[in-house]
Amino acid sequence: MVQVKSIPSPAIHAEERSQEADHPTSQVALFGPDQPLALDCGIDLKPFQIAYQTYGELNADRSNAILICHALTSDQHVANVHPLTGKPGWWETMVGPGRPLDTDSYFIVCANVIGGCMGSTGPASTNPATGKPWGLDFPIITIPDMVRAQGMLLDRLGIDTLFCVVGGSMGGMQALQWTAAYPKRVFSTLAIACSTRHSAQNIAFHELGRQAVMADPDWHSGRYFEKGTHPHRGLGVARMAAHITYLSDAALHRKFGRRMQDRELPTFSFDADFQVESYLRYQGSSFVERFDANSYLYLTRAMDYFDIAADHNGVLAQAFRGVPTRFCVVSFTSDWLFPTPESRALVHALNASSARVSFAEIETDRGHDAFLLDVPEFFDISRAFLQSAGTARGLGKRA
Amino acid sequence: MTVEQQLLPLNGIARADTGHYRGDHLLLAEMVERGSKVLDVGCGDGDLLQLLESRGIDGRGIELSREGVNRCVSKGLAVVQGDADTDLINYPDDAFDYVILSQTLQATRQPRVVLENMLRIGRRAIVSFPNFGFWKMRLQLLVGGHMPRTDNLPATWYDTPNIHFCTIKDFVQLCDEISVKMERAVALDLYGRPLRLNAPWWFWNMFGEQGVFLLSRAGH
Repeated sequence: MVQVKSIPSPAIHAEERSQEADHPTSQVALFGPDQPLALDCGIDLKPFQIAYQTYGELNADRSNAILICHALTSDQHVANVHPLTGKPGWWETMVGPGRPLDTDSYFIVCANVIGGCMGSTGPASTNPATGKPWGLDFPIITIPDMVRAQGMLLDRLGIDTLFCVVGGSMGGMQALQWTAAYPKRVFSTLAIACSTRHSAQNIAFHELGRQAVMADPDWHSGRYFEKGTHPHRGLGVARMAAHITYLSDAALHRKFGRRMQDRELPTFSFDADFQVESYLRYQGSSFVERFDANSYLYLTRAMDYFDIAADHNGVLAQAFRGVPTRFCVVSFTSDWLFPTPESRALVHALNASSARVSFAEIETDRGHDAFLLDVPEFFDISRAFLQSAGTARGLGKRA
Repeated sequence: MTVEQQLLPLNGIARADTGHYRGDHLLLAEMVERGSKVLDVGCGDGDLLQLLESRGIDGRGIELSREGVNRCVSKGLAVVQGDADTDLINYPDDAFDYVILSQTLQATRQPRVVLENMLRIGRRAIVSFPNFGFWKMRLQLLVGGHMPRTDNLPATWYDTPNIHFCTIKDFVQLCDEISVKMERAVALDLYGRPLRLNAPWWFWNMFGEQGVFLLSRAGH
């Protein structure tokens, strides 16, 4: 019989993940029953909590705050060691002293999104009504819900106006939603590798991922906590499929080509003969160690529902009419998940609204993930945009 | 046709500042009122936009080349990648006080449509273009028998992006045809200096290396 290996059981166990969901290694803002989060689905979520990290210092007139909105599978650990994986923060190339998001000049906040699994209330959190994890009893959340929750956090932190809201991918969606919903609270917006609506192709990829999770017998209709399991195979496959969409044909060819993994000849089995297979399996298995399967379902759904124009009579320009915010939109040539035409449509709408907008397409073969990688031209543009906005805002570099 | 008096040094620009800016850019910048909102179509590396912003003008840009756009954005300028022929249509009426087209008109596919769009988007338009009636151009064609090439227009006929050359006389005729009001016209010599103002049009058309026109909608 041909040998088959699948994604191994995670080394980090459910208890550690659920510990992080309820009692995170981050600062936490608690919102009691008197401060519900009004969700788009009509439900008031209460009580709830937001886990967040901050870097740098808020200046005296509270004018230097930058909110980073994280992408689908990242979290608030932007520039510190991740409490579960022990790896560096996901945007340490971008955030830190002297980096484009300079912690010597700006006060940087990043919060785990509502529906996430790293300390903000989500399906992995304990439902106070039952004492068990929410699972699929958790209400469906949307990108505007995430933004509303972040707004409540900023109120709590005493930040009225953000100097900048920054995000890539799902984070970019939040940044755009922030600007459309609260234009007076956002001085500038840096929206990277994103779109004002999730495309049919992207919804299709998400559905593939969700079905992979749900097809895993260990999923138990979302009640895997009670069964002592985790649908790591289904979630791993979902991650493998998604990861392909974050790269590009050229990048895969450059990194792996058809090279074999620790062997010279095919094994005539379904083992990971090719380096690209081995790489994808690693991506799948390392992801399931830190991420909750139900949270993946909820967050992909939130992205699917996102469509700013739909909330403004189908006219995108209306969403940004009279918005005083300065925009910088960045796309990458090889990104086929959020391709440049999506950014261009946003830019056309912003032009039609007479907004102040910069738009740069950056040439790279690294696909959608380029925004997380060391791409000097992207850093230069981000830095210059923030410096120019900082001058307009009257921010001086701290002595 | 009345043309406003043009004097050197240019109004509002101190002599000390003029060193590192191109002569035609200084002239363009001087035509724009402070505090106004400007769209620079085909803004290149953003030199003119930087000059405008230094004068307290809210400047935006469109540039065709990705390299040019990225250099502009790296300078903190509000520039987007776009094409004068296809993307001006996305801007609403009266979005700007001025729309500038500097040394780009001859590279557009439909100069007339571009000009009409500029005066729809902006209350005023400023257009500068190389004058194909310049004596050096005429001489090359007449005596040399080949397509003219100059220091400012060095491309050969087969790789030039410039597909719609015109003379100052041609441009004036187009403005008359589409009922555009010429508020100011300046011809610059080979060194970017304005020609004598009281010179007749044929003199400008012969000795102007480029023409610079401040236009507004007729009836305003």
